[in-house]
Amino acid sequence: MVKGKTLTYGVLLGSICLIGAGIYRNEVNIVLKKAVNLCLECIGIG
Amino acid sequence: MDKRILTQIIATIAMNGNIKGFFEGSIFKGNSKKLCVPGLNCYSCPGALGSCPIGSLQAVIGSIKYNFSFYIIGFMSLMGILFGRLICGWICPFGFIQDLLYKIPLPKIKVNKKANNYLKYLKYVILLVFVILLPMFLVNDVGMSDPYFCKYICPAGTLEGGIPLVLMNESLRDTIGFLFAWKITLLIITIIFSILIYRPFCRYICPLGAFYSLFNPISFYQFKVDKNQCTMCNSCSKKCKMNIEVYKNPNSMECIRCGDCAQICPTKAITKNFSTKNL
Repeated sequence: MVKGKTLTYGVLLGSICLIGAGIYRNEVNIVLKKAVNLCLECIGIG
Repeated sequence: MDKRILTQIIATIAMNGNIKGFFEGSIFKGNSKKLCVPGLNCYSCPGALGSCPIGSLQAVIGSIKYNFSFYIIGFMSLMGILFGRLICGWICPFGFIQDLLYKIPLPKIKVNKKANNYLKYLKYVILLVFVILLPMFLVNDVGMSDPYFCKYICPAGTLEGGIPLVLMNESLRDTIGFLFAWKITLLIITIIFSILIYRPFCRYICPLGAFYSLFNPISFYQFKVDKNQCTMCNSCSKKCKMNIEVYKNPNSMECIRCGDCAQICPTKAITKNFSTKNL
């Protein structure tokens, strides 16, 4: 039971750290750039 | 109205609030697209206000600069650890569309247990191969790659983005070719199967559902079966449209947390809660 809780809180903390690392690496701008331009592949044209 | 349907409607509208995009045949270009939405919702849908996590993951992995995305994996893990596949059952717009299609009164097919047990692993293969490995390794001369899942498999992009944009935008209409025909074919197959089988895309294809499923057994949101109250009458398993033996495995990776089992249980032995008490 303690093991399960530790894993859950560990993943919670880890995921927040990953988001922070991604923001620090400026990945957000790549996400934005892709999302504000029409993704032709996604809609079946490109 | 059913609480789950109401939530699905609100979530779908909230994720696709750029209504004028549907009339203008264009997509939203605001800063909110820096953020991902928790469900599968194409960012090239004219209404989309946020980014699709699966599309974004491929975009970052397939970019020149990076071959892994801490931001998107972190976001998906956060959603997974908090909610698990509750997102599939209650929030995801493409899941909602499948729910609506299944309501069409035509004969239904129940996938046999053996086939289901094999097919359910297909979504993990798709996640690994089309969303992660191909964008990582199958790159062009400058080190960029296509979003392979979006391009060759995802019917959500065709339905939410492709069809409305092609209908409203004449210049796009002139450029459609084999790929569009291929994706329309996949969309039609998905629609037909969704009428006959409950949520076939979520069960066998969706890489986002595959990712979230890994968290179902350890997420904060949990189902619990009170063994003292459970009479093993099997009502929950019979009611479950995802073919889960709920009383044996209430936090199955396949469970989309619709809650039908808890509703049907005659002794109210199944409870849903948001805590780590049962972990």
